[in-house]
Parts: sequence; C-alpha cells; structure tokens
Amino acid sequence: MKIESILAMKGLKVITARPDQSLKDAVDLLVEHDIGALIVVDELGQPVGIISERDIIREAARSEAVLARTVADVMTKELIVAAPQDDLGAVLQTMITRRFRHLPIVDQKRLIGIISIRDVLTVQLDKYQGEVDTLQTQISEGQD
Amino acid sequence: MELVGTDAIPLRVAIIGSGPAAFYAADHLLKQDGLKVEIDMFERFPTPYGLVRTGVAPDHHKIKSVTKKFAAVASDPHFRFYGFVEFGKDIALSDLREHHHQILYATGAQTDKRLGIPGEELKGSHAANEFVGWYNGHPDYRDCQFDLSQERAAIVGVGNVAVDVARILCLTPDELAVTDIASHALEALSQSRVKEVYLLGRRGPAQATFTNPEIKELGNLADADISVLPGEAQLGDLSRAALEASDDRATRRKVEILQGYASRKPAGRTRQLFIRFLVSPVELLGNAAGQVVAMRLVKNALYQTEAGTLSHKATDRFEELSIGLVFRSVGYRGTPLPRVPFNERWGVIPNEKGRVIDLETQQPVVGEYCSGWIKRGPTGVIGTNKPDSVETVNCMLEDLAHGSILRPSEPEVSEMEQLVRERQSNYFSFADWLRLDGVEVENGRAEGRPRDKFTRVEDMLAALGR
Repeated sequence: MKIESILAMKGLKVITARPDQSLKDAVDLLVEHDIGALIVVDELGQPVGIISERDIIREAARSEAVLARTVADVMTKELIVAAPQDDLGAVLQTMITRRFRHLPIVDQKRLIGIISIRDVLTVQLDKYQGEVDTLQTQISEGQD
Repeated sequence: MELVGTDAIPLRVAIIGSGPAAFYAADHLLKQDGLKVEIDMFERFPTPYGLVRTGVAPDHHKIKSVTKKFAAVASDPHFRFYGFVEFGKDIALSDLREHHHQILYATGAQTDKRLGIPGEELKGSHAANEFVGWYNGHPDYRDCQFDLSQERAAIVGVGNVAVDVARILCLTPDELAVTDIASHALEALSQSRVKEVYLLGRRGPAQATFTNPEIKELGNLADADISVLPGEAQLGDLSRAALEASDDRATRRKVEILQGYASRKPAGRTRQLFIRFLVSPVELLGNAAGQVVAMRLVKNALYQTEAGTLSHKATDRFEELSIGLVFRSVGYRGTPLPRVPFNERWGVIPNEKGRVIDLETQQPVVGEYCSGWIKRGPTGVIGTNKPDSVETVNCMLEDLAHGSILRPSEPEVSEMEQLVRERQSNYFSFADWLRLDGVEVENGRAEGRPRDKFTRVEDMLAALGR
C-alpha cells in the first residue's frame, strides 16, 4: 500500500507555519485544527522544518517564556519527507526507528500533505481487519 | 423541522455501485439501532456484486462466498436494488438529490494504469483488467479478442491481479472446466497455445505485492512448472537489512517460497511460468503488421528513499524478451462520475474520511460521500472495504445528527421507484437478479460447474423473458 492511499482520504489541506511566527501562534494553530504538528515553510512555500507538540513541550520544560520564542528557534530543521509513492510499511518502519510521528509529503518539490503515525496505523489496522474478515467469511463457507 | 431517520421521515440513502464497499455500507446503515433508513442501490448492470463477480478469479470460488452476506443485506425490506440503471445516464445526480438525504458513491476503480512506454498500443498489448473482465464474463469486455495462438505471454506487474492472469493462462482445460469462468473464455483458453508465461516485477522479491497464498498456488499447478532465476530470488543488502529491521514474517515467508521455486528442477510440464524481478519494460517492439513480437527490458537496481521505501532505478543493462502477448497489470484507477469532484492524479474522489470534498472550496459537499476503491484507491482485499465503508457511514451518521444533509423534495420510496420505472423500464430488482442467478446456477450444473454466467445484457433480459 502506498502513502497516496492515505492522502486520498485526508484531503489536501496542510496547516503550515512561518519560521518567524511565535510559538503562541503555533500552539493556537495546533489547537484550532486539532493536530499534532505543523510544517514550517519559507516564503516560497518550501518546507524548511517541522514543529510538533513534543518540540514545544520539550522547550517549555527548559523555559517558562516559551510562547514568546519563534517557531524557527524550536522547529526540527532536519526534515525527512516522503513521496506519495512511498510504501506504507517502509514509512512506518522509518517512523518507528527514527522516533517521529509526523511526515510531510512532497510531490514534485511541492508540499502536498502531512501524515501522522496514527494515519499509518489506522490504515494498517483496517488492512488486517479486512484480511481477518475475508478469511472468516471463507472459513464459515468451508463449514457450511 | 421533523427529525430525519425516524418512522415519520426515514433517512433516504442512494448508493451508486453494488460491489463490496456498497454492500458493507448498506449493511452498516441498516444495523443502526433506532435509525429508520431506506436504501436505494443503483447498478449499471443487471447483476450485483462488482468485482466479486467480474474481478475475483473463477477458480477462487471460496472468496465469492461473501455474496451470501451481501444477499442477506439485500433481503432487508428497507433495501432496494435497481440493476441496469446507470448513474449519469438513466438517473442524474439532480434526480438523486430530489429523492435522497445522502448519496454514497461506491463505483470502484474501473480502468487500468498505463505503462507509458513506446509500443503500448501494438496489437497483442492489453490491459490485464480487460482480460480479467473477459474471462469473468463482464459485459463490457465480452467481445475483447486475445490472440491465444501466441506461445509467449508477459504480464507486467507482480500484484495479485497479475498472478491471477498468469494462473488462468497456465491452468489446464480440466482445471478451468470446474470453475465459473465465462463459457466463451473457457472455449478460447482450452485452445490456447501459450507455453511460456512471464510475470515481471520492477523491484525485488521482498517488494512484490502478491500475497503468499496466491504465490504458493502457482507452485501447485497441474501442468505448469514455475521458475525464478536464482540470482533474482536472492535479496540484496538493502532488502535484507529492511527485512531484518521490520521482522515482517509474511515477507520473509514470501521470499522463502520464491527462493524455493528458484531451486526447483523443471518437471517437464507443458507450460512454463517464469517470475522475473528487477526488470521494467521500456519498449514493446512490433512487426510490420503492428503485432507485438518482443519486449525490451531494462534491469533495475534498488535504492532507499528518504522515507525508507526501497524503490527502483534503471541501470544501463538491457535485455530483449520475445513475446506475442502482453498484459499490463500495474494498478487500477477510478473513473470520474458526472458532476462529482474527481482527483485526476490519483483516480479517486477527493474526500476526507469518505466525505466528498469540493476541489475549489476544499469543503465537504453536503450529502455526498464515497467508499471503497473510489475513495482510497485500489488497495486491500474484499474485507478491507468493510472498515472503509464503516468509516464513511459513521461520517454520514455524524452529519445526519448535525442536520447537515440534503433536503429532498420527494423523499418517498415509491416516488423514486416510479422515476426508475419511467427511465428504465427493464430495471432489475434484487428478486429479478435472484431469478437470473438461479438460471446461471442451473445452466452450470448441467456441465458440473458452479454457474454458467450470462455475459451480455440482452441475454440477461431474455433469460427473464424481456
């Protein structure tokens, strides 16, 4: 299964932040859209980083004045991106091994979406449930 | 305003399509406690069940047993099947909006993806789904012609559809004769002179998308030997490392099965089935008559993408495969429906968890939903459509609770029935289908087969005296 299967069901909305925005703005966006991470883009719309709730909490533990800092101060700059054609299983493995929960999707150098580990696990779970249901149907047929 | 979903005003739902996604959605709607729902299911053919009838291989009879579940859904008095009623032709979206609170598209993925290489249009080069439709008696593909006098056939792709095509080409007439394969295909395949069949995968054995039961089945064919090149069955460093990191037992087993085939000695059977890996066709070569005679292949190497996928890239090594018949099986895609948003790139209806999304406003279209392959793309087994459809129906119920539904001017069941009768007097009810089903089964019984399918709509109509 490919990443594009998830994107097909998520719409193509990506909530982004600019590097010079405050963390207060970032927190407001996370709450407003009920999401766990924002892709940080430059003025050309190119992704330059990612900021997650975990990044913000980590910074809050260091300093109570966290909300006045900028997104650029806190974001993860080493951005790993995926393409719509990436395999879901491989991407899940990468997310587990490298310990991150959100992945920007870039197609032909354009940011087109973001997926979370929850999205990937939900699709995997549906896949297994589907296989179980199909097998159960066949087994019950064999017992008829 | 009175509450919709009650005895006074049942929720009126139209479902377009009658495959697994359509029936799982209907089932979930009908099972809701306290919800009064009336479902109309529209299908362009007189026969229901989508790819269970026209996609699942004829020798995989057990998989088709899921139709018993679907027939039980259809027996609900609050469900109506309108077969031989085509959306966009007999019934328009505007008609459905006048009669229903919610419309669900479950039309599947009906066309194939192209290879995009020179020579793809030569005679003898086909989409696998045309061949699958042809041998399964799909009326659209009934009159397709496949030159089975050719001795060498290649299938591009290593998914389960590709495996089905390879297996059907390798089965003996006796093996085919006990299946529900369409009679015209049984006759043609019984005369087939195909001796060598190639399955071509662009990546390695660990990345092939066919599943283990399907690939094991290929090793047990009555009159076909299976071969894998030992060098291509071995995992490279990248594949080995990825497999060890994931500890994916199914993939490990898949590789073991394929390596087992690589060490098999041919038993001198009539047909040979070769599974090749790390090759991509770059051109189909034809003769003066425009018939495909060979395929130029490039050898691929794997590389790891940033996100961890083992993808393929072409090397500078080429080979030529003499071939007279080619089937491309590199994926399906959906087709747009009239006046319904469509994502051309991915061949799906743009959606969020099954809510149709307007491409301009990026907002949900009130009252319109999708499920199955037209929602998520062509992935998974039949049962995968169940959680998929449940997700969509849950969105429908949530929107109903918030009053975000269509307000039809003629929500009565009888009014829709009257309209269908006016537009398509020959429509098939589910009872009509059950009669046709009985005739097919009876006709098959005489030949020791599960059924003998009708493959032309006019024959289906005639069978019911129309």
